[in-house]
Amino acid sequence: MLRNNSVIGWLLAAPLSLVLVVFLVLPIVMIVVVSFWGATEWSIYPAFQFDNYEFLLTSDVTYRVFLNTFKYALITWVFTLLIGFTVAYYLAFHIRSLTWQIALFLLCTIPFLTSNIIRMISWIPFLGRNGIANSTLISMGVIDEPLEWLLFSDFSVILAFVHLYTLFMVVPIFNTMMRIDKSLIEAAADAGASGWQTLRHVIIPLTKPGIMIGTIFVVALVMGDFITVRFMSGSQSANVGRMIQNDIGLLQYPSASATAVILLFTVLLLIGTLLRFVDIRKEL
Amino acid sequence: MGQKLDLELISLTKRYGSTVAVDSIGYHFSAGTYACLLGPSGCGKSSTLRMIAGHESVSDGSITLGGRDISDLPPAKRGTAMMFQNYALFPHLNVRDNVAFSLKMQGIDTAKRHARANEMLELVDMTALADRLPAQLSGGQQQRAALARALITKPDVLLLDEPLSALDPFLRIRMRAELKKLQRELGITFVHVTHGQDEALALADEIVVMNNAVIEQAGNTRTVFDAPRTAFVARFLGSHNVVSMPEGMLAVRSDALKITNPNGAKLPGTITNIEYQGTHVALTAAVPGEQEVTALLSDKDFFGNPKELGEAIGLDWEAEAARALAQ
Repeated sequence: MLRNNSVIGWLLAAPLSLVLVVFLVLPIVMIVVVSFWGATEWSIYPAFQFDNYEFLLTSDVTYRVFLNTFKYALITWVFTLLIGFTVAYYLAFHIRSLTWQIALFLLCTIPFLTSNIIRMISWIPFLGRNGIANSTLISMGVIDEPLEWLLFSDFSVILAFVHLYTLFMVVPIFNTMMRIDKSLIEAAADAGASGWQTLRHVIIPLTKPGIMIGTIFVVALVMGDFITVRFMSGSQSANVGRMIQNDIGLLQYPSASATAVILLFTVLLLIGTLLRFVDIRKEL
Repeated sequence: MGQKLDLELISLTKRYGSTVAVDSIGYHFSAGTYACLLGPSGCGKSSTLRMIAGHESVSDGSITLGGRDISDLPPAKRGTAMMFQNYALFPHLNVRDNVAFSLKMQGIDTAKRHARANEMLELVDMTALADRLPAQLSGGQQQRAALARALITKPDVLLLDEPLSALDPFLRIRMRAELKKLQRELGITFVHVTHGQDEALALADEIVVMNNAVIEQAGNTRTVFDAPRTAFVARFLGSHNVVSMPEGMLAVRSDALKITNPNGAKLPGTITNIEYQGTHVALTAAVPGEQEVTALLSDKDFFGNPKELGEAIGLDWEAEAARALAQ
């Protein structure tokens, strides 16, 4: 009977394991394997050599690109967190009826019914040299000449990131906030806490797991992105994703794989560090 | 604490839209009283307590403490403290920090507030568990932590919202004894909301029975129990039979009923149920007018003269044991 049970257990676990092995584990293993291969200008060949890593880790460009990627991730994180927390806080604590909470929450998700790329590209006519933003500012007399830094700059990249990814902050934070017992807020008021004190000593500490999950989403998405940086910077800025994409364009798969492995490792290390600070298990 | 301030409700009213949750009630709680607000759910007792605490706005009327109108003050400025139904302990703080929370909000330094918190924890016998998180405590321990947290602000009035409802029956009886003991030691007013009459009778010096947003009857616990004024109060406090007699509605205590011959008794009846309760036997009989009455007999009385189901009996009582009820 026991033997039978364990067979059934393995069978039940098999489909998902199979999917994960085929679509997650194998590709990563493949990338790791290829990252040790060699390449010439016209060919790639199986090998086990550290040339790709050596080249990457000794190149100045790698560090600058990684630094730039971190910069994007950090600034995007700050803005998505501020906006996301505020929106979630408003929804969770200031909207009284559940119907309105759900309605407004769904409203937040409506932009996500269109594709990422369309939402991103729609910024271009808005921010361009003769775009809506510039022409409005000029006609209002705020500026005399079009602002050059609105589009194809770090500003536009981060604006697009924040626009694309804030919802990934709102959802987990809202979810955690909805689980906070409202009587805790009253208990804080009973203890003489002001609104800010309640926020700082009760709500923020209790929302940490949600903030952490949102952070993982945003950081992972920004670190792995290449298309936003390409479109919104007009190919003038680089991040790790762009570096990998360039290598692929040049058919330098071993080099691209090595970069991907380093990126994967970096992101895992980052998330691992974050998880040491906050226990998110009870949120899952 | 120690100032002995009376708490008074004056035409206190709470409206939610067009619904009246509390309808112009008035009551005077003398300083140092253990008072219970008793009533079925939805009777307005919790709204009343929450208005006193300052977690619910007052629609009309006022609340005074020691003659000072506190109706519009924020909760922490009233001289009241509340113990919540589910205790509302901050899950991310250990017991000591929970207790010291209000001192932290006042900006008192760590050493001082921990010392004060430790004193409070000693009072409720929780010193050993000061470093635990609320999730690591049993229901009774959580309640003690919540008590310590409420008392650290030295309130004149402690408000308790169904404090025992989350506990199992055994613990409930133990904790209620502790609540009573603590109230006697501190000498401050406790206002305790409950829907359990046994809890109210066991604890309260004064009892305020509420129904449909108004106070049905209030006063000294024994006075209320001995002389219920309305059928609702008699039924809600239990141990009373409400019978409709030719001379009007009467409340007769179950233990005041005597079993006699059907002839010449005040009420003839037929036994419909006999329930053995250890020290007592509860005997239920159907009486004219499609009513039921329950007589509580001592086991000696019952088994000295046992009765059978379906037997015709008479029910009798001393004239002074019956209370006429208002219609």
